[in-house]
This record gives sequence, C-alpha cells and structure tokens, in this order.
Amino acid sequence: MLRNLLKSVTTRNLRCSIKNNGVTTNFVNQRSIAPLSTTELALKEEKVKVTFVLYDGKKLETEAKVGDTLLDVVVNNDLNIEGYGACEGTLTCSTCHVVLKKQDYDRLPEEACDEERDMLDLAYGLTDTSRLGCQITLTKDMDGLEVKVPETINDARS
Amino acid sequence: MRPKMTYKLLKRALSTSSYRSRPQVCIVGAGPAGFYAAMHLTKKLESVNIDILEKLPVPFGLIRYGVAPDHPEVKNVINQFTKVAQQPNVNFYGNITLGKDVHLHQLRQHYDAVLLSYGAEEDKTLGIENEDATNVVAARRFVGWYNGLPCDKDFKVDLSGRTAVILGQGNVALDVARILLMPIDELKKTDITEHALSALSESKLKEVYLVGRRGPLQVAFTIKELREQLKLKNCRTIWNEKDFIGVEKIVPDLPRPRKRLTELMLKSLNENQTVTDDDQIKYFKPVFFRSPNKFLVDKNNQLTGIELTCTKLVGDKLEEQRCVPTEEKDVINCDLAFRSIGYKSVQADKDLILKHGVVENNKGIVEDSAGLGKLYVAGWLGTGPVGVILHTMGNAFQVAKVMLENLNSIDSYNKGGFTEIKKIISENNSNVIDWGGWEKIDKYEKEQGKLKGKPREKVCSVEKMIEIAQK
Repeated sequence: MLRNLLKSVTTRNLRCSIKNNGVTTNFVNQRSIAPLSTTELALKEEKVKVTFVLYDGKKLETEAKVGDTLLDVVVNNDLNIEGYGACEGTLTCSTCHVVLKKQDYDRLPEEACDEERDMLDLAYGLTDTSRLGCQITLTKDMDGLEVKVPETINDARS
Repeated sequence: MRPKMTYKLLKRALSTSSYRSRPQVCIVGAGPAGFYAAMHLTKKLESVNIDILEKLPVPFGLIRYGVAPDHPEVKNVINQFTKVAQQPNVNFYGNITLGKDVHLHQLRQHYDAVLLSYGAEEDKTLGIENEDATNVVAARRFVGWYNGLPCDKDFKVDLSGRTAVILGQGNVALDVARILLMPIDELKKTDITEHALSALSESKLKEVYLVGRRGPLQVAFTIKELREQLKLKNCRTIWNEKDFIGVEKIVPDLPRPRKRLTELMLKSLNENQTVTDDDQIKYFKPVFFRSPNKFLVDKNNQLTGIELTCTKLVGDKLEEQRCVPTEEKDVINCDLAFRSIGYKSVQADKDLILKHGVVENNKGIVEDSAGLGKLYVAGWLGTGPVGVILHTMGNAFQVAKVMLENLNSIDSYNKGGFTEIKKIISENNSNVIDWGGWEKIDKYEKEQGKLKGKPREKVCSVEKMIEIAQK
C-alpha cells in the first residue's frame, strides 16, 4: 500500500515538474526512477484489469500494474493502438486521449491541470469526461476500468 | 480456401521473376506524414515493402527541422518513427531528390503505390511594396536557421535593432517570438544550432510585435504555445485593450478550445500591462485587426517600419465573419520584420499539378492511371500547412487506409521497387544514405552536443552528413 502510494505521488510530482523545469523525460525513465522495486513487497505486484475500447468497438482487455499510467499500460503490454503516446507522457500531444465513464471520471483523485486541458483542446472527439491516458495513474480500486479510445481521424479540422 | 486466393498464392509461388512478390510502396518525404503512413501500412499489411525516399540525408522532416529546440518532448515521436524504420520491410533512402535524381513517372512505373508526403517548404509571400527590403525575412528561413536546416545555414538576420514585427499569428509566429524573447541561458541547453545561439546571444531586441489581420477570437496559435509565451521569464505581454472590446461577452458561448484560449488572453490582459524601466524586461506585443500595407524603407532599402491597414470583422455569425479593410492606417516603426503567414508546397516533379500550394486529391488519391502505380498524397502537401502533428497523423492514417484497400485488391505484385530505382539514381547520384548512415550521423551529432552540454549539435551541411554516413 505504502509503496503504491509513494509511487503514485512520485510519478505525479515528476510529471508536474516536467513542464515547469523544462526537464526532458519520458515514461521509461520515470519508471526507472521509482527505486522501490528492490523491496520484497514489489515482488507481489498488485494488478488490475483495464479495458480499452477502440472507436470501432474492438476491446483490448489487459492486466495492468497498480501505479502505472494508462499510457504505461499500452506500452508495456504492447497494445495495438496506433500512434498512442507520441510524446511519451510529457504533456505535449494528445495522442493518448481517452474518454472515461462519468462515474470513473468523477472519482479520479486529481483533476486535469491546465497543461493537460490545453492538449485535450486539440484532441478529436473531445468530451466532458476526456483525459490524457498518461495522466491517469491506476489505483487498486480502479480494477475493471473501461476507457474509450476515440478515433484520431477527422476531416473537419478546427 | 477460396479459389481466388489459391490462384493468387499459386501465381506468387510460381513467379519466376527475381522480384520479391510483395506490394511495393514508395513514400517520398521522411517527415511525420510519411512515417505515420508507413506505420499504418506495416501494421495492417505484413507483406508490404516500403521504401521511404528523402531529399536530405537525414529523416524526420519538420520534427527535426520545424519543432522548436525548446520543445524536445514533442520530438519524442522520433522514437516511434525509428521503430517503424527499423522494421525489416521498411527502408530509408536519404539524399534522393524527386524530380532530379528520379522522376515521378519512374517511381510509379516501379511501385504499386507512390505516396507523396514531402510537405510544404516554401513560405508564402505578402506581395506588398518593399517586401525585398533588407531585414524583411521569412519566418520559415529563421526557423530553418535555428534548427540547422542545411539550406538555411547561411541565412543572415540582423538582431541589432530594438523592435521586431512578426506578421502572422500562428504557432510558427509564436515560436519565432519565443526564440527571440527567451533568456539565452535557457536556449543554451537545447539542440539549437551554434550559429543561431551565438547570433541570438548578441541580440538587442527589446520588443516583438505579433500582428494579425483578424481579432483575438480568430487567432491561429494554440493555447499551449500562448501559455508558454505568457510564462516566459523576463518578458511581459502587452495587449491592445481596444482589440478586446465585446470579447468577454461572447466567451461563454464559444466551444471549449476557443473559450479557454480566449479566457487565457483576457486573463493576461488584466495583468500588469505597464512598461517599466527595467532593462532586463522584454516585451511581447500582440496586435490585432491590422493588415500589412507596405514596408517602409530608408534610402538604403533598409526597413524602418510597416504601414498597416486597420481592419474590421463583418458578418453576424462569429464563425462566418470576414475581415475587411477600413480607411484607417497605422504605422509600427521597426528594425526587423518576419513574414509568417503560412507555407506552400513546391512542385517537385514536372508531372505534378499543384493548386493553391497543395496537390489536389480525393481522400488522398491523386491519380490512378492504368499500368502505373497509384499516386497518393498525405500531410501538408495534400492538406495545406495546417494543424499540429496529431492532425498530420490522422490524415496519414486515413490516406494509408485508402492505400491498403487498393493494395489488397491488386491481383499480383510484380513491381521491381528500389532494385529498379537504384539503377536510375546511380546514374548521377552515388551517395544514397540508408538508415545505418543516419544512425552514424545521429551518433556524431549527439557526441558533438555532449561536448557543449546540449542534447545534440546538428550537422548543418549535406556534404558533411554524407561524409559521416559513409565512414
């Protein structure tokens, strides 16, 4: 528990600092920064089930580590979602756009920051319950989470 | 098994030709559109062979040469493109110019499909008086210069004056403004070219105007870029209050993106708008409803200012409003002017027809004549220079989908691909750079960067690139 809490806090803080300090990083080294994997607890990683529903209705169901972001889940499980996570979780694109169910959206521990909203504003099919997958960190109580991945194709450019 | 399938397989198996019997696709231009299309095609059609031809010896187009040096995160997409290029059925061939080393009809003869994705490299001009004045420069060239584009390495810009005006209010305009106004110590940590860094460190510019023909509700830049500009250290943003009359009233009715962008401008407008004596502070001054009329010059054809025609918007519906000139004129005195009103594509090959700077197409299909490989277009060459990488990605996927349908409907694949093209090219170009060559250049640039505490120091000459790649 403590580990997950710590990890999610570390990851979160790191993400916030990405923008402000101009530090360049990506999800790969963010993961490596979490140093707690040497503890015994880490051997028993907590898993939750996550489902990505693609625009054509296809469902990608996968097991995911608690403490990972939805972007980590796509990358680590090599899920076939084209172009997902182009900027590697640095809040400079919106290719990891997901749409949540209202009840899931409302219980996310943190609201989207300005920078995330700025990116969402450029996404196709923006909804009131849209978030960036790189900013959603999985917690144990998110088991069974289902998110929609909107289509990245749109003729009507704004 | 369906009879048609059996026939197809049999035909392929019995093919005596030396060509690998797989669909041959040629992509011209190794920028985001080309790579995203290749990504889609390789995912959906395992048997495909893709050859990406590029004019420069190095890949990635505007990701490398357009994205501002202080936006390294945006360039992370290069990692995805690299994975595409490293697949065994994808080949990169750099230093090949369409229309010079090889012609379009030759590509179409030897490939099942040809996708043009060479972008929009030329800047649009204003066509007004004295545009040839010294110190009236293209934003595109300035961007190419600080990003190390070989053809812009000798570009000269005089930063010894006090005031610069950028004509245009898109993201390129904001990039230029930010690079001009940003503290030099922050730029030093980026992969900005050494020649640009040294010129910018001598810059005497104190204020940068950003002039737009239309109003705050029509700006083309996106909110991320504006937020960054507003947060810039030692820089204050001064708006023209009159430009915002009536805007606040409309805000609640705007769609979310436009609403948030407008709210950010209004918030900034309500912050400190005074000019101080502090020598350290620089000023960013967006100006709306002004259309450039002519550049003002002295007897040496040196820029002294810009005469602008004041404009107004007409029409009831916000989204249908048009911009019309008024009788009123305005002058901004300045020492330097950037033209940043968009890009247009060049006609790379004589067989290609461009209209208004783009290749006309229907869902990416340009031409389909019997016997020749189908011709497609993706990215800015087909859509015009609009949108961020995401939009180019969407377009490229869409065009690739159309290509897939057509490729799948071909009965037998018997095109020679690069085996044939190579024979044509080697007649007058023996310096084709493959992916391994790029990897050597990449390594060299990173090593050179390390010596200066930068992520990379780009090689800015094509000759030098070739030399490194062929070592």
